[in-house]
Amino acid sequence: MLLREVEYARPASVEEAVRLLSEHDGARALAGGQTLINVMKARAASPDMLVDLNRLDELKGIDLATDGTLSLGSMVTYTELIGSAEARARPILGEVCAQIGDVQVRNRGTLGGNVCSNDPTNHLPPLMVALGATMHITGPGGDRTVPADEFFLGVYLTAAGAGELLTKITVPPGKSDGFASVTIGKDGTCIVNAAASVNGGVRVAIGCVDAVPVLLKADSVDDVPAAVQNAKLEPPSDVHASADYRRRLAELAATRAAAQAQGKS
Amino acid sequence: MDVSVTVNGERYERDVEPRKLLIHFLRDDLDLTGSHVGCDTGNCGACSVIVDGVLVKTCMMLAVQADGSTIETVEGLAQDGELNGLQQSFSDHHALQCGYCTPGMLMSATALLRQNPHPSEEEIRTGIQGNICRCTGYVNIVEAIKAAAE
Repeated sequence: MLLREVEYARPASVEEAVRLLSEHDGARALAGGQTLINVMKARAASPDMLVDLNRLDELKGIDLATDGTLSLGSMVTYTELIGSAEARARPILGEVCAQIGDVQVRNRGTLGGNVCSNDPTNHLPPLMVALGATMHITGPGGDRTVPADEFFLGVYLTAAGAGELLTKITVPPGKSDGFASVTIGKDGTCIVNAAASVNGGVRVAIGCVDAVPVLLKADSVDDVPAAVQNAKLEPPSDVHASADYRRRLAELAATRAAAQAQGKS
Repeated sequence: MDVSVTVNGERYERDVEPRKLLIHFLRDDLDLTGSHVGCDTGNCGACSVIVDGVLVKTCMMLAVQADGSTIETVEGLAQDGELNGLQQSFSDHHALQCGYCTPGMLMSATALLRQNPHPSEEEIRTGIQGNICRCTGYVNIVEAIKAAAE
């Protein structure tokens, strides 16, 4: 399909990318393009300028600090993360990335693109919230960090505002994590997903049930079903699942994710 | 915008509009019509080619993004008019019915076998999970890839 006419810029540095994004109202960052190019075909997005981040090596690093903190560049692809020895420090990351899309999509799709598009059915928003990740944003005003549970603001909306760019995600150390989802077909879109992390208490983040991941905290894995019930979720109804059914699935996915997390502790 | 690519060993330079998808560049500008437009939504994989060693769906990449890259398409598989081993295996195992998905299947299988010369059946199925055969002829496609690997 022919896209609407669009300007294309290939910045040589993050600084130049930020300048382009902040100087042009209709500019949008192009990460892997596995969502953006399709929504441009449908005219659901019509940027005037695409700022291509694909050649910015400074956004592609995966580093493991001595304290166990994992630093993931926003332009790391799912395939690169799955193959990274450093990223195995937090195994759930590779396990979840291997469930996203298909080979071709994983080869192009990026961590930053996944979280910044913040489609409520995406895998990484609930995962990053459950893991207590930190989002690093740069913009014309300088650098800032936002905890993952404050990063997701609404459907397709995040704390990385106009003219800003997510540069990396840092993930604290840990191994007791789980992820469960119910999808349309084996590799399809999620109807519900949930990520859990056990570290003293339990953090569970449920996706697809609200505009942003719903974070629940429980004292133990056994308390997770009650925590989901008490959250009084009001998920959307669609052709794939009614609100009632999705609420039931949310409890199921959260319980499974928490049990999986505990099994790894 | 000037774009320079090497496709199947041949160098091409063209002036391309930024909005042009890589699949349309290959088919319309370079006349390499082996790669197909199937769904144009990133689901079917009929447009799959290998860019700088990486399997991608060319309906989700702009032609200008490929500037400077080395691209392999289905036209590059046969050598001197002879089918390569994988193509011959597809033929031998009747791994195509209507044939529309075949170029994409061949490129996905090529990428898989390069990375994993002896894949299990499950690994083959994962390798082609991004390619849809609407004739549902997956069994013979998997058999063909398995035989080509042996």
